[in-house]
Amino acid sequence: MNSTGVDTMDGYLSADSKKKETFMNNSGPGSSRSRLVRRKLFQRILFMLFRLAAGLNGVVLLIVVYYLVSNGWRAINWTFLTQPPMDSMTRGGILPCIMGTLFLGIGALIVAFPIGVMSAIYLNEYARPGKVLRIIRLGISNLAGVPSVVFGLFGLAFFVIYLNMGVSLLAGALTLGAMSLPVIIGSSEEALKAVPETYREASLGLGATKWQTIWRVVLPSALPGILTGGILALSRAAGETAPIMFTAAVFFTPRLPKSIFDEVMALPYHIYVLATAGTEIDATRHLQYGTALVLIVLVLGLNLLAIIWRSRLRKKMK
Amino acid sequence: MVISRGLKEKVMQHFFFVIAFASIAILSAITIFLFTEGLPVFNLVSVKDFLFGIYWYPTSEPPDFGIFPLIVASVSVTLLSASISIPLGVMTAIYLAEVAKPQVRELVKPIVELLAALPSVVIGFFGMVVVAPFLQNTFNIATGLNLFNASLMLAFMSIPTICSISEDAVYSVPNALREASLALGATHLETIYRVVIPAAVSGICTAVILGMSRAIGETMVVLMVAGGAAMVPSSIFDPVRPMPGSIAAEMAEAPFRGDHYYALFATGMVLFVFTFAFNLIADYMSHKYRQVGDATL
Repeated sequence: MNSTGVDTMDGYLSADSKKKETFMNNSGPGSSRSRLVRRKLFQRILFMLFRLAAGLNGVVLLIVVYYLVSNGWRAINWTFLTQPPMDSMTRGGILPCIMGTLFLGIGALIVAFPIGVMSAIYLNEYARPGKVLRIIRLGISNLAGVPSVVFGLFGLAFFVIYLNMGVSLLAGALTLGAMSLPVIIGSSEEALKAVPETYREASLGLGATKWQTIWRVVLPSALPGILTGGILALSRAAGETAPIMFTAAVFFTPRLPKSIFDEVMALPYHIYVLATAGTEIDATRHLQYGTALVLIVLVLGLNLLAIIWRSRLRKKMK
Repeated sequence: MVISRGLKEKVMQHFFFVIAFASIAILSAITIFLFTEGLPVFNLVSVKDFLFGIYWYPTSEPPDFGIFPLIVASVSVTLLSASISIPLGVMTAIYLAEVAKPQVRELVKPIVELLAALPSVVIGFFGMVVVAPFLQNTFNIATGLNLFNASLMLAFMSIPTICSISEDAVYSVPNALREASLALGATHLETIYRVVIPAAVSGICTAVILGMSRAIGETMVVLMVAGGAAMVPSSIFDPVRPMPGSIAAEMAEAPFRGDHYYALFATGMVLFVFTFAFNLIADYMSHKYRQVGDATL
């Protein structure tokens, strides 16, 4: 072990040759050992910093979950989960919000899942590299980057006003669906990529057409991965607030939606309203914590499910 | 069999091709509707007065539609959050891809994913009821709902984005490069910052830009935590009103197709242009400087 190796690497990469010369001239056999100790020490310190940075993510997650659980669990009881809000939302439950969020999330999935999976099939199975593919990919990555509030504006202008759907479950589900499309395309494509090329070759070799190969061979083996992506998209749609603010959600409606043209309450919007716009912000604090707890149990639960399912799949693949 | 196999094949292929354009169709529709609903505001104010006017009083008589304070708020919140999220996100990525043992990696990666999955309204709520009082007492300031609090919350929302994309980039650096560096006597750390990071730099830059794009477009956090004052901030503890927060807060009260409504759509347009530019830059970086095998270094 001596330091010249590093210098060669350095010169090779960044052409930092001046430093290299001084480095080489100074390094006798004795000093290089103490330098190695210093280099190792430096490495230890920095690795410790990296570890702390990674650990901080866990700490933040724990703190958020801790505060919501410790303040929210008292609010949660049977009434809270099965009754509509009462006394201008200072008492009672959040059933319409839970149902609204479920309907919105599932509606978004119904809209986005088929289109997303089919887009992914085109991208991974049919498309050839070239300008068209590049443009489609650019469109998808830009759609993924559109801010959620802009989706809200779009939903308001297009679905609510232009298509005359009004503030409704349908308009909200379509807006959320448009937003989840890139998520589903991304995860489906990953699942399709993980199907070994030999499967396709074997099927084609037996005389199956491309579509038969996709339908009978590729899709069945990619299905669990695709469904995992669907679950992730569902959880994301369920947690979004800004896209439904102008398109689907209302402050208060005591009844559950009867048709897709009804307006709904939703968990995320309910938290926002209670925490910022209510007349009794402090008096309803426990309800706010309770609603937030229900929302993260729903969202993190779905995510955990997807993560566990995916890691099992990966083990199976190996 | 009514239709021949060959015809069916052709039909399927074209069908999928058309479906694949859905994303572009939606993106185009978003652009068209933002602009048709946003551009009418320029009958009332000039583009220059709209972008650089420092007074945002949309409901006073006559109204002032200057979104400069909102733009400054968005940019400052994004930059401050980036100064927190970039080091933390990249360090976490390097830890996961280079340093951590496989078992630790299996544990930490889901944690980062769960952090990403926390709904923005929950983070906003947490910032309001836990972080804001804490900041107010600790720093003895007028309000805990301010630029700094919003940046802090946004940082932890963009860390997962930055971390997971950078990690992919670091992870895909060919092993031959690492082995060469280690064989030449470099320590693990030296290999990381002289070989691995330079090789992964395009992916890391893409990650950083996408993380910032997420921060500038994030709505609920800035709506609930940033304080909401439409003025150019002079300290990091001033309350601010970033663009997404302004749109979300005022849209419900803006009269349909009134001047205020148009102004909010125009604000959305500006926000959209910002994130669109961020995404184009990220896309350009990831294609232009992509690491292809070991040869391009």
